[in-house]
Amino acid sequence: MLLEINPLALPDIGLLFWNTVAFIVLFFILRAMAWKPILKAIKSREDGIDEALSKAEKVKAEMAQLANENEALLQKAREERAVLIKEAKEQSDKMVADAKDKAKTEYDRIVADAQIAINQQKNAALTDVKNQVGALVIEISEKILRKELSDKAEQENYIKQLAEEVKLN
Amino acid sequence: MDMAFRSLKSLLVLSFSMLTMLFSNNLLAQDSTHNNTAHTQETHEGEFNVTETILGHIQDDHSWHLWGHTSLPLPVILYTDKGIECFSSANLMDEHHHPKAYQGKYYTYQTFKGKLKVVNTDSTINTELSSKVWDFSITKNVAALFISMTILILVFVTVAKSYKKRGEKSAPKGLQSFIEPIILFVRDEVAKPNIGHHYAKYMPFVLTIFFVILINNYLGMIPFFPGGTNVSGNIAFTLALAIIVFLVVNLNGNKSYWEHIFWMPGMHWGMKLFLAPIELIGVFARPISLMIRLFANVTAGHILVLSLICLIFIFKTVFASAISVPFAVFIGLIEALVAFLQAYIFTLLSSMYIGMAIEEHHTAGDHDPHYNED
Repeated sequence: MLLEINPLALPDIGLLFWNTVAFIVLFFILRAMAWKPILKAIKSREDGIDEALSKAEKVKAEMAQLANENEALLQKAREERAVLIKEAKEQSDKMVADAKDKAKTEYDRIVADAQIAINQQKNAALTDVKNQVGALVIEISEKILRKELSDKAEQENYIKQLAEEVKLN
Repeated sequence: MDMAFRSLKSLLVLSFSMLTMLFSNNLLAQDSTHNNTAHTQETHEGEFNVTETILGHIQDDHSWHLWGHTSLPLPVILYTDKGIECFSSANLMDEHHHPKAYQGKYYTYQTFKGKLKVVNTDSTINTELSSKVWDFSITKNVAALFISMTILILVFVTVAKSYKKRGEKSAPKGLQSFIEPIILFVRDEVAKPNIGHHYAKYMPFVLTIFFVILINNYLGMIPFFPGGTNVSGNIAFTLALAIIVFLVVNLNGNKSYWEHIFWMPGMHWGMKLFLAPIELIGVFARPISLMIRLFANVTAGHILVLSLICLIFIFKTVFASAISVPFAVFIGLIEALVAFLQAYIFTLLSSMYIGMAIEEHHTAGDHDPHYNED
């Protein structure tokens, strides 16, 4: 037999027995006292790391979302500001234009009033002048008529004199 | 990584076979000369015999040889047909460390090439009575196994305690940080991809196998006490592990595992009949291959180193050490690599077999292994 020739390949029953017993005992001791606590600790640490990583990822996403929201808010505020400025500008432009229009009409009105007043005064003055001229004419005519009666030469001089006086007036 | 591993392995195999080819001639030559001159050599006491020296170093023994004429006596436990008998192994040796007969309670015993036999009064082996005596002695290998067990328990209980002491969430330190990557390697590279979903249930088993083989491989490489034994290179050790793996695989095998062995689904009935015996042989061939692979690899390494050292005594000149010592160192380095590699391969294949046994087949005719399904 080949197995009898080579003693190395022939398992010894006692050794087999002790090896089996030793392995089984070792397995149960190590399983209870080493493998279970070690594997549990490694697992819980890995779970912790996973959890921390996923939490960090979540926080990062939240931060990104917040930043996005901020950006959107800022954008909106900018737009609103632009609209406000535009509106204010329009308002002020309108106000300036209105004021200008009002001023213009007021000015026109004042000018027109002044024109009317001037015309009235002018008319009044003209009437007055006319009246005075009439009175003067009547007065002069009276005086001429009176002088004619005394001297002809004198009369003419007097007329001349009167006429000069009129010019002075 | 995988590629590198494979190429490294093939390189190792190549160098191994080259070296064995180189030295096998030598050993064979030695053997034949030994056989031819057997009777003349036996008469010369103290004559150097390579085969006996190497086998003596590789084989189990009843006492643990420490140095010179000093041995550690170990208990001999015998289960005979008349009862249990216990005595010290020191009784089996004379002062020159040669086996001598010991008159026990029931029979007279003597060791022949490391095996205990019952001897007659004229010191010839009594085969009939020897077969009735069962030797359950705490031999050198058993003692070394107990030492390795103690080391394993001490190391891993310390590591387990440091997890508790340091808190589960903090980074490993010291011994813990040395052991943890190995545990993670076994879990992530061996158990998880090969066993599949339910790997956690088998983790203690896979880890125990891995570390038992690993520590015994390395202790076997130490040439003096508490090493110097050949535990993992003994066929009884690998047989015990193989039987345990066989039991774990087949006791956990589910319906589809057995169906794939006896009645391969999705095949013609003729093919099914043809495949059943082949698959049945495979069930036994797997643990046997595990047993032989580990035994042969470790033993081959030891034989190589011992043969190289023996060259000095064969040539009877100290100058032979100029060649044999560097070669022995080189083989020792390969042995150190093989020690890890064999522990890895044994565990890998065991978890692969477990994975095959508990794998769920979803569709009929689906024969591809689903190792990497998470």
